[in-house]
Amino acid sequence: MGKPKKMTLSRKHNFTGWVFLAPGAFLIFVMSFVPMVRALLLSFKTGVGADMKPCGIMNYTRMFQDAVFVQSIKNTFFYLIIQVPIMLIFALILASILNNKNLRFKGLFRTMIFLPCATSLVAYAVIFRSLFANNGIINLLLVNIGILDQPYSFLTHTWSARIVIIIALLWRWTGYNMVFYLSGLQNIEYSVYEAAKIDGASAVQTFFKITIPLLKPTILLTAIMSTNGTLQLFDESVNLTDGGPANASITMSHYIYNMSFKYVPNFGYAAAMSFLILVLVAVLAFLQMKVGDKRD
Amino acid sequence: MTKGKKFGMYLFLCIVSFISVFPLYWMVSAATNKSAEVVAGRLIPGGYFFENLKNLLANQNVGRALGNSFKYAIILTIISLIVSSLAGYGFEIYHDKAKDTVMSIILLAMMVPFVATMIPLFQMFSTAGWLNTTIGFILPTVSTPFLIMMFRQSARSFPHDIMEAARIDGLSEIRIFFQMFIPTMRSTYAAAMTITFMNAWNSYLWPKVIMTDSTSQTMPMVVANLTQGYVTDYGMLMLAVLICTLPTAIVFFCLQNAFAEGITGAVK
Repeated sequence: MGKPKKMTLSRKHNFTGWVFLAPGAFLIFVMSFVPMVRALLLSFKTGVGADMKPCGIMNYTRMFQDAVFVQSIKNTFFYLIIQVPIMLIFALILASILNNKNLRFKGLFRTMIFLPCATSLVAYAVIFRSLFANNGIINLLLVNIGILDQPYSFLTHTWSARIVIIIALLWRWTGYNMVFYLSGLQNIEYSVYEAAKIDGASAVQTFFKITIPLLKPTILLTAIMSTNGTLQLFDESVNLTDGGPANASITMSHYIYNMSFKYVPNFGYAAAMSFLILVLVAVLAFLQMKVGDKRD
Repeated sequence: MTKGKKFGMYLFLCIVSFISVFPLYWMVSAATNKSAEVVAGRLIPGGYFFENLKNLLANQNVGRALGNSFKYAIILTIISLIVSSLAGYGFEIYHDKAKDTVMSIILLAMMVPFVATMIPLFQMFSTAGWLNTTIGFILPTVSTPFLIMMFRQSARSFPHDIMEAARIDGLSEIRIFFQMFIPTMRSTYAAAMTITFMNAWNSYLWPKVIMTDSTSQTMPMVVANLTQGYVTDYGMLMLAVLICTLPTAIVFFCLQNAFAEGITGAVK
């Protein structure tokens, strides 16, 4: 076969490749990057509906004086800082227990702990709202065993509302992250653990000296995903606490939604706030990757 | 391991499993009981299921919402699988420098939060007349970096000799994809299918934005509607939650391993 013919063949295949990936790549371009740029442009405008005027950086200065938005940032970061580490540590512990070769009923335990992932976010938010309601089963239990004298209104008190959201998030997502760690652990040779055991390493030492270092890439990935997800928290804030009491548990996405579609729509201002989330996601992912690299 | 330690480990697992399962058990039991009994703390399934169902159907158009949810989720899953696997395959099998660059740009889209694109998308879609339509529901998530990456990873294991042999036999490139790649990668498709269907079924923010008409509402939206009001009928509410959860729960139980592979799929 001559050289020119080979060239045309590979050029043809090169073109075929572009045809194959074109629809998918085009859709991502139009559905993610184009709106992102439009959101940025929109964030420098103000007005209602189609009647938008340029306003410089007014939207950006406004949001830091907006008490509700500042509250929503604080709430979101509270969820992030408290919930994500607890969840990841818990998921790691569960995964390393379930990875034990001699454990019985392993599949059953895994299925049960993973089961919350089968529920939709709205569904579990509504379940937790009912469990923690004034006349819900948690109050009934606490009153019956004598911890409380009368039902405590978890969802209408500032801190308890936030903590209920964290409990709900832990319930829904711990098993999800555990599955990542389990699949990561399967790639670690069991003989490594056996060798550690022969050398007299305790379970705690094995966990810190073998499991965590070898799972580092997976831990980094789950940390980035959880951070990303928490910064965009919406369904729980809407359906569990409705952002209440008095916006004490509202998340950034929930407030942006309200600003765009619930109150008099102010797309320019909402776009500016949403752009802040984009920057936060990017910065935090970058920082986490940096920290992840350093420990090498 | 000592006996005490072993006992502690099983006890711990049992407690965690109990906490994981209890809210779902409570949902099922509440769906079959009268609201007053649920509030009184009854935890055994009762005989009030059909009464709850009657109340629920009188209150919300569950049939329509279920139909909508199935329609949106199934169409989205089918198109998404075709588009993403074609793209993943194209990126891997015919890869060169330019395509790798495009791929890394696409991966950046993973970092773009949905709220940051939601408002322009809403504007674009309302101008295009896509509010309350299936195309409006599916377009933003029909092609995702995650799925493309997942299919790209799996295409890596697609043997090149088979492709060469097929080419010599005169099979066109697109037929190699449909007749050889898809059947070989059945497990990747199963994983991608479960994850896409579940995400589509569970999505809430985007439908809430774009489905402005009550006739196009999805099942999660109907559940959310039921919580608006002063007195909650727990039996009816939990029945709605149960109906909303059943399809994903069935997928979960039938395809648990595919689902686990789906969420971790692109990582390997």
